[in-house]
Amino acid sequence: MNPFALRQRALAWFHRHKETQAWALLAPGFGWLVLFFLVPIVIMFAYSVMPRGEYGGVERGFTLEHYARFMDPLYIKILWRTLEDSTICTVACLLTGYPVAYVIARATKWRNFLMFLVILPFWTSFLVRTFAMIFLLRDTGLINTMLLKLGVITEPILMLYTPFAVMLGLVYGFLPFMILPIYASLEKLDLSLLEAAEVLGAKPMARFFRVTLPLSMPGVVAGSLLVFIPALGSFLTSDLLGGAKEIMIGNLVQNQFTTARNWPFGSAASFIVMALVLVAVMIYLRVRDRDTELGAH
Amino acid sequence: MSDIPPVVEFTGVHKTFGAYRAVVDINFQVQKGEFFSILGPSGCGKTTTLRLLAGFEEPDDNGGTVRIAGEVVNKKRPYERNLAMVFQNYALFPHLSVERNIAFGLEMRKVPSAEIPPRVKKAMEMVRLDPGQFARRMPAQLSGGQRQRVALARALVLEPTILLLDEPLGAIDLKLRKEMQLELKQLNKQLGTTFVYVTHDQEEALTMSDRIAVMDNARVAQLGTPAEIYECPRTRFVAKFIGESNFFEGVAQSQGPDGWRVDGSGGRFEVPAHPSITQGSKVAIAVRPEWLDVAPPDAVPPGENAIRGTVTDVIYLGETLHVLVAVADGEGERRVTVAVRNEGQLSRPIRWSKGDAAVVCWKPADCQVLEDA
Repeated sequence: MNPFALRQRALAWFHRHKETQAWALLAPGFGWLVLFFLVPIVIMFAYSVMPRGEYGGVERGFTLEHYARFMDPLYIKILWRTLEDSTICTVACLLTGYPVAYVIARATKWRNFLMFLVILPFWTSFLVRTFAMIFLLRDTGLINTMLLKLGVITEPILMLYTPFAVMLGLVYGFLPFMILPIYASLEKLDLSLLEAAEVLGAKPMARFFRVTLPLSMPGVVAGSLLVFIPALGSFLTSDLLGGAKEIMIGNLVQNQFTTARNWPFGSAASFIVMALVLVAVMIYLRVRDRDTELGAH
Repeated sequence: MSDIPPVVEFTGVHKTFGAYRAVVDINFQVQKGEFFSILGPSGCGKTTTLRLLAGFEEPDDNGGTVRIAGEVVNKKRPYERNLAMVFQNYALFPHLSVERNIAFGLEMRKVPSAEIPPRVKKAMEMVRLDPGQFARRMPAQLSGGQRQRVALARALVLEPTILLLDEPLGAIDLKLRKEMQLELKQLNKQLGTTFVYVTHDQEEALTMSDRIAVMDNARVAQLGTPAEIYECPRTRFVAKFIGESNFFEGVAQSQGPDGWRVDGSGGRFEVPAHPSITQGSKVAIAVRPEWLDVAPPDAVPPGENAIRGTVTDVIYLGETLHVLVAVADGEGERRVTVAVRNEGQLSRPIRWSKGDAAVVCWKPADCQVLEDA
């Protein structure tokens, strides 16, 4: 049989078996996720309910002691502070990112260039960028040196290794994740809706709060999740810019896996955070869906 | 009458975008309760004219004035003009239900909240949308025609003195469009609201309007009632854009008692006197297909203009038949369309068929002398 006829027959077979075709197309991505996402999660969950090995690792058996241990006020406090910091970071990203996204979406001529600037930091690794912040913030750093030279201050302001530095680093690192989805939803906003609102009597503020903001909510939601979730798990920023003074939950997990060599406890801590995020996102989506349903009926 | 200022008045309005002259020297007045259409092909400046009236655009500096009810509004924002508008794509708020869309303008104008629901209901009934069925639907759950009605209700609920409509019927199918045309016309008369209607559809403009401004190339080419526009087109553009026209050209030879004798490339014809014609000047006339007749070469009705030609086609259109006749035009040929009333092709078929020698003829008075010969 010649190759052409073979190909024809293969295509015809796929046409008759649409479902097989769909699975064949899904297979690579599906396989990847199973292998590198689902399997590790299952392994981690197994670790979290197994006794700790004497020299790291785990031993056979079943225990819930790691989850019980996490209920210690010390760890709950770390978790609570992490939630607080992530929330503040998300709000700060929203308040700074929304105007930026708005301006870019309205800038017809410079739009692509401005988007390029937003994405530009991704060209360097997060680690390098966080290190660069140290050079900006330390006592002999760029900001203090300039302020001293200008005579604004007589002594360097302590910025590095403070909660402020950590927050600055988090906001700086995650801001593009807020800007991009908000930009995407603002960019496709039909400008004739704003004109319609204007003829109907809406002044600029009313147009923003009654039309622009509600219609960009999908972007705000997506951006907030994209910032909140990684902020919750971040450990690098508080390590480098916070001087590891106030640890976040990410640092705790990292320590358990590296220095403390308590893998089961690290796994349990991860699962608790994951469960919290999952519950929070589900409640959030449920509330949003209910709102849209209410509008539809 | 004369001491009441017109509802809308454009005086020498110019608008340029960069080097592009969107509208040039626009002058017109719209009287209270009038159905006024701005008609023209795309890019002629009709939408810019409407946007100048709505307040989305400002006339150029020293570029004339726009007045609403006698007051100059050049610098006023749309929300200060107290008018309503129906947009080409409807521009319904996708995140608000039908009733919230309609209530939007009332809320913005700080109408007491107790008054809003009855007014919304009334507006929906006015555009024949059942409030019980549609009030809580989202725009995405509506058909094109229903969205159209919501957009109309959202504008009418404000009880505006002027309603602007920007090609509102462009996106709905023909049958519904005809229905909406009549409804709009009815609403205009019933509410006494002044309608300013932008369209590129000449039939629509003729059907609905009290007066029409035909725009061409950023200017108003002609302003008049549908009958004036159709029966006395002043320029070749208007004659061509509104309805169908046949054009005959020639040079004015001699003046007779009733007009001028013109030497055309296809033959000699007479035209009524017109101020633009002088001895030896070029003359162009437009003749509507239904003003023409087709006759055998030896049976030209006395006193009528006649141009010889050959029948090339007969087209059956139902109510009428179009007989296409090729007539000499300088070196080449040109096709003339003659509309003939259909008196029943099965019982009394017309005798014309392809290849017949014929003359197209018309009464000298039944033509329009064009100003841009």
